[in-house]
Amino acid sequence: MNFSFHDDLLEMKKMVQSFIANEVEPYAMKIEEEDRVPDAILDASRRIGLFGLSIPERYGGLGLDMVGKSAIFEELGKTSNGYTTILGAHNGIGSVGIVELGNEEQKERYLPRMARGEWIGAFALTEPEAGSNAANLKTVAKRVGDRFVVNGQKIYCTNAPLATVFTVMAVTDPEAGSRGITSFLVERETPGFHVGAIEKKMGLHGSHTAQLYFEDMEVPIENVLGIEGMGYVNALKILANGRVGLAARCLGSSEYLLDRSLKHAAERSQFGKPLASQQIIQHYVAEMALEIETLRAFLYRVAWMIDQGEQAVKEAAMVKLYASEVYHRVADYAVQIHGGIGFIADYPIERFYRDARITRIYEGTSEIQKNIIADRLFRERGVTI
Amino acid sequence: MNVIVCMKQTFDTEAKITLTDGKINEEGVQWIINPYDEYAIEEALKIKEATEGTVTVVTIGPARVEEAVRTALAMGADDAVIVDDPAAFGDEFTAAEVLAAVIRTRTYDVILAGNQAVDDGSSQVAVRLAQLLDVPHVSTITKLTFDGAVAVAERDAEGDTEVVEVKLPALFTAQQGLNEPRYPSLLGIRKASKKPVEHVTVAGIGLAENAIAKRVAVTETFIPAQKGAGRILTGDTPERVRELVRELRQTSKVI
Ligand SMILES: Cc1cc2nc3c(=O)[nH]c(=O)nc-3n(C[C@H](O)[C@H](O)[C@H](O)COP(=O)(O)OP(=O)(O)OC[C@H]3O[C@@H](n4cnc5c(N)ncnc54)[C@H](O)[C@@H]3O)c2cc1C
Ligand SMILES: Cc1cc2nc3c(=O)[nH]c(=O)nc-3n(C[C@H](O)[C@H](O)[C@H](O)COP(=O)(O)OP(=O)(O)OC[C@H]3O[C@@H](n4cnc5c(N)ncnc54)[C@H](O)[C@@H]3O)c2cc1C
Repeated sequence: MNFSFHDDLLEMKKMVQSFIANEVEPYAMKIEEEDRVPDAILDASRRIGLFGLSIPERYGGLGLDMVGKSAIFEELGKTSNGYTTILGAHNGIGSVGIVELGNEEQKERYLPRMARGEWIGAFALTEPEAGSNAANLKTVAKRVGDRFVVNGQKIYCTNAPLATVFTVMAVTDPEAGSRGITSFLVERETPGFHVGAIEKKMGLHGSHTAQLYFEDMEVPIENVLGIEGMGYVNALKILANGRVGLAARCLGSSEYLLDRSLKHAAERSQFGKPLASQQIIQHYVAEMALEIETLRAFLYRVAWMIDQGEQAVKEAAMVKLYASEVYHRVADYAVQIHGGIGFIADYPIERFYRDARITRIYEGTSEIQKNIIADRLFRERGVTI
Repeated sequence: MNVIVCMKQTFDTEAKITLTDGKINEEGVQWIINPYDEYAIEEALKIKEATEGTVTVVTIGPARVEEAVRTALAMGADDAVIVDDPAAFGDEFTAAEVLAAVIRTRTYDVILAGNQAVDDGSSQVAVRLAQLLDVPHVSTITKLTFDGAVAVAERDAEGDTEVVEVKLPALFTAQQGLNEPRYPSLLGIRKASKKPVEHVTVAGIGLAENAIAKRVAVTETFIPAQKGAGRILTGDTPERVRELVRELRQTSKVI
């Protein structure tokens, strides 16, 4: 057993921590109010390599394993979740498909630019009729000669307004159900490709989510990602990879909230003594810390399992489910410990409280994670449900 | 162009200084690259990028300085020399002698250093070094450009700008405003662990220990007394002046 990070990773974590504290966190309120991450912050993030976390070194990225990526995401979780989501979606669902399923030409074309953050990635699965039931896609890609002609619509595509490269799932064989879906790499400039208006959201301000429309959009066959007909399986694989990263971001945000809560409880006095001397407040922070430590241990174990080449589908679902629920409970405690100020928007606590909410919904809802866990549990015992 | 940067690891500027037995306590202190040396490193990297040269970092200090060296290498320096030998830990005189011995054997166009270290604040080492190496120096620069073998440096002169031209090789000390030091990139951090770091001793660089022994003796180290509350003098002007003179003579005894 060894619970320590290697030296390089510790250095990287430390550097990202100081980058976040000095270059991002001071602007977190501005990002929130303007619903926009300043270009200077994105540029600085590009320069230090935050867009290339999971892209292999031979394509100019860092090629971090899951433990490494989680360690960096944990630090990124400690600031504006909108900023973090831009990086999370790019390094996760927006590029993992190309890294894991792309052929050499596709990797050469996309990954170096994506590692430098010149081209940002997005992932387009969800449609009006296909949310939790992601196989129920209506977007159709019809083979005509050496290309596919794509028609349809996607919703809730994170990074869409910024992105150049989209991993798009579409139906290529309507008779074959979930085995009739194919993944495509679609470039923004493709004729017939349109990005809709930016959604107004409860949280994640600064990260933008929009609809996509495809009108007779022609995609060359070279842009099929992986094997034709395997698009649904690909999507599940990409999402499973993203889950651990999302859990790491939840861990970082929870740590931030505990830190702020401890500070507030020590500094704020009522009834002639600090809140910290009230036993109920002590118990709140104890609960928060306990959940955070449990999450940390579980998260890095699942990340490690994946790095050992294990599938860990069940564990990835568990840790995403657990992390989002921990973040949610910790955020609730944090608001409570802060009292009125926890509800006021001049102060960051209510922002985290709102941002926590989406983690139980996107990249697979909590209910869907439980379905996956139960399905795996019964499967391990030879029972199909 | 080949650049050598003299770097010192110092206390974090936010560190709380405490004394134990009359000595500054190093327990639990965060160590950083002296902020002025960070400007020097950044400037060296800019020169390297513009002219395809190399950047070598030279530092004096115990094992802990390795961390600062790794950071400089992660920012983009090519290699480093650490003089890790108690005989080299002396005063400004010692440091300059040691640095000169390391640098003398190398070929360089530019030497960069911070204009002062935030711990001792003496502003001496780099200037002494230039003297020992017999190269010109320009201190507290805010801009550096090159025109062939001539360097053009700018420095603040009481609100104006002084422009100084010197022939290379030359030494420059960096002032705040020279540049904005970069963060090391994540990839830079990984590459840093594979870059060469040479550890040398005083004997190894051909110096006799007693010839470089420190010349300054510290008689006492103390924390300045807490600043008391100020006092606003009242009354008409002659009255206030009288009171001020009395205070200066009798209470603070400065006149
Ligand atoms: C801000 C934001 C960003 C997003 N980014 C992306 C993106 O980049 N790419 C992308 O493709 N998608 C994205 N999504 C879509 C997201 O993944 C879906 O919203 C999510 O999967 C839920 O789908 P739905 O909204 O259609 O809800 P529904 O599927 O309609 O679910 C509604 C409720 O019913 C429950 N439910 C549904 N089916 C079952 C079942 N079988 N068993 C038990 N309970 C069930 C759900 O758990 C949920 O509680 C994003 C969404 C948001 C809000
Ligand atoms: C939107 C909004 C509208 C408001 N409107 C009004 C209004 O119209 N008029 C008005 O007068 N006020 C108003 N308030 C103030 C509100 O009533 C207070 O915020 C609330 O009473 C909590 O006080 P506090 O914010 O100072 O938190 P604190 O008193 O600092 O409490 C922080 C935390 O410590 C806990 N705590 C404190 N003391 C103890 C103790 N002895 N034992 C156990 N736990 C303790 C609290 O339960 C809480 O969890 C409003 C507040 C908000 C946010």
